[in-house]
Parts: sequence; structure tokens; C-alpha cells
Amino acid sequence: MAEEVKLLGMWAISYNRRVERALKLKGIPYEYIEEDLSNKSNLLLQLNPVHKKILVLVHNGKPIVGSLVILEYIDETWKTNPLLPQDPYERAIARFWAKFIDEKIQPTARSANLAEGEEREKAVEECCEQLKMLENELKGKSFFGGDAIGYLDIAALVIAFWFEVVRDVVGLDLVTEKRFPSLCRWIGKLQDVDVVNQCRPPKEKHVNYIRAGYEATKAAASN
Amino acid sequence: MEKSDLKVKVLGTWSSPFVMRARIALNMKSVNYEFLQERLWEGKSERLLKSNPVHKKVPVLIHGDKLICESLIIVEYIDEVWPSAPSILHSDPNERAIARFWAAYLDDKWFPSMRSIGFARGEDEKKAAIAEFEKGLVLLEKAFGNCRKGKPFFGGDQIGYLDIAFGCFLGWLRVTETTSGIKLLSEAKTPALINWAHRFCSDAAVKDVMPDTEKLAEFAKMIASKRRGEAPPKS
Repeated sequence: MAEEVKLLGMWAISYNRRVERALKLKGIPYEYIEEDLSNKSNLLLQLNPVHKKILVLVHNGKPIVGSLVILEYIDETWKTNPLLPQDPYERAIARFWAKFIDEKIQPTARSANLAEGEEREKAVEECCEQLKMLENELKGKSFFGGDAIGYLDIAALVIAFWFEVVRDVVGLDLVTEKRFPSLCRWIGKLQDVDVVNQCRPPKEKHVNYIRAGYEATKAAASN
Repeated sequence: MEKSDLKVKVLGTWSSPFVMRARIALNMKSVNYEFLQERLWEGKSERLLKSNPVHKKVPVLIHGDKLICESLIIVEYIDEVWPSAPSILHSDPNERAIARFWAAYLDDKWFPSMRSIGFARGEDEKKAAIAEFEKGLVLLEKAFGNCRKGKPFFGGDQIGYLDIAFGCFLGWLRVTETTSGIKLLSEAKTPALINWAHRFCSDAAVKDVMPDTEKLAEFAKMIASKRRGEAPPKS
């Protein structure tokens, strides 16, 4: 039976990129369906009725939701180029840090980007403490996955490129060479990885999108 | 030495549903472990801060010299290190993805909505919190219908990952029912889940670690008074 893989997503969302990179790493052909956030398709609402959020992988008609859940599904279904390490402890560590990125680093970074003055300083300090933990996890390796990118690199890519785009919008540079030399070296190495580059949205378009989003959030907050 | 022969310890508390997950998983695999109890209401011990420096939370699974944190990650680790039957996660990737999806929903949305009932101030806020929580229960009732495929548990004939992820909250759900005066799991709205809950709590891997509801309610009162700054009871 021919495999049918579809990805419902939105070009600017970093979680989207995670799934696309995983699919490309495994050489899995897929159909990408761009969703309009302001006008969610019936297909999306049918497939993701609980959260109604963008990003659904559909494999032979069955939906899978949640970027990290999707990554694990992809790794378990297509065995070439494994994303997660084989050892159970290494797997637990990779999962732990991916969760940490989503539940701690991303929200704190977002707070830092949206806040001003003392509030921003506090958020930046907290985010840097969290990034330092991730920096330590690299432990002199080229990638979190070792010699090649893996599950945690894919999850952490948001720090590499989305942070860079946001820096251009709000002027806040979180991942500096001085603070995080290992993370910066890792970001440098990522630039040479094909699947990483193939899945980067056009920079200017991305910057404008993030800027519009932040301005809308700020306007809503001040009303 | 075989990985699975190394000494196993669980750092946790008897009242934490997240700690329960780790203990149920170990019980399912018949793995002997030492339960190191933390007294979190007295502050976080050196031992806890060293074992989980990132989150400073329980549970922590200590396996030989390895420390594993985050309850669902611990459950998957246990399933992988002791792969003999019974399996905790399904072998089919799609079933695994569904279970992981609902487990994340439970942790990110459903359990916080249950806690909101306890923290609600005033009748209106409480009513709203309960309504939100019940919406989640209806979703879970439906999910149970889809996952179980006519069998007794989310995991099929035996308890599995999603049974553990959800069932661990039953003690606190019952306490919430007692304190709010409302039946949250009801014959009217969640008939299948009511029966599932009985079966889950009676399971051999669960019954010795599921806390007694009265004891949990007393504990909740004690924590609430501490939070309000009242003197702790003499015990």
C-alpha cells in the first residue's frame, strides 16, 4: 500500500519546521497543506478537534497531533536515520530537554521579548539560566545527537533560528557568543546541515510576520 | 552487571499523582525499588535538589547512578529498560501517539483545570472552573471509548500508559468531589470512566500506591492551612 503522508501546518510556526526536518531526514515524501490561522479548514478541525491547533501529521488518514508526539511517531514508523538514541537513558535525557525547551525556555524567551524595563531584565536572567542548562547539555559535542543531528537538535532548532528572527524584531539578543559559546558553535554547524536549511522560511517574510504578531500582542495588552 | 539488575529508587511523596505513575510502572514490571519519601511541605531536601536540580520536583527515578526526571519520561524509561511483559506502551506507533497526546492533554490542560476548582474564589469562579473541568472529562470519556476497543482499559486487557497517566489523578479527583460537594465522575456524563476508575484502583499494580481518599483530604487541608500561614497541626 502506498504511504500517504500529509502535513497540515503554517509556514511561520517553528513546530512545523521540526516535523518537516524529521520527514526530510528520513527521506519521507509528504504533501504539505498550508493552513490559514484565521480561517481554519474543516479538515484541520476534524483532525484536531481537541486543540483545534495547526500542525497535524496525517499518515494514511490517521491524524497525529503535537510536534514532539509527531517526532516520536515518525521515528517509530520509519526506522532509517533514527532520531532518538538507542539507549533508554539517553532517550530519557533527550525527551527531558525537549520538554524543557517547550515548557520553560520558549515561554520565558517570549516573556523577555514582550516585556520592558525591569520585567524584561528579570525574564532575560531567567531565560539565560535555562539556556545555560541546555548549553551544558551539549558538553563539547557537535550536536545534541552526537556527530549528526537528532531528536533534540530538531527540537532545539527553535533556539537557533526563531530566536535570531525575534532578535531582529525586538532587538534582544539572548544567545550571544559570550554567554553561550557551545550553543553558538552548534548554531554555526547547523548552517551546514541540508535538512536544516531546506526548512527555513524566507527571513524577511518571517521577521515581518513575527513583528506583526508582537505588535498585535502589545496592542491587545495595552487596551 | 545487567542494566535491569541495578538498584532502583524512587524519590517522591505518597500523595503525588506523578510519583504514583513511576511506582505503578515499576510494580507492573515487578521491579523492586526503595521508596525515598520527601517531606515537601517542610521544604525541598538537599537530596531532592541534587537529584533534580533543573525542576527541583518529584518524582525522580534513581537507577544505579542514573537520575531520570519527569513522570511520563520515567514511565517510558521503565518500559524500555524492562521490556518484558506486560508492555506499558502499545507496540503500534499510532496507538502510542494517541496515548502520548492524551497524556500531554492531562498534564497541560486537564489536571490544571482540576486544581482551579480548589483554588476558585467564590461561587461563580467555582462554577466556571467545574464547567471547564467537566468539558475535559467528557472528552476523556469519548477518548476512552475510542482507545479501549471494547476492552476494560485504555491499554486494552491490562492497564497501560494512558491508564497510568490518567488514573494517578483519581485520588485527588475524589478529594475535589468531597470538598466541592459535586460528583465529577457521574453515571450521567461519564458512565464508562466510572467503571474504569474502579477497575484501575483495584489493579494489583495500583492498589497499594493509590492513597486513601480520607488521608489525602486531611493532607490537602494541612497544605491549605500552611499556605494560608496558619500553624501546622501537631502530628
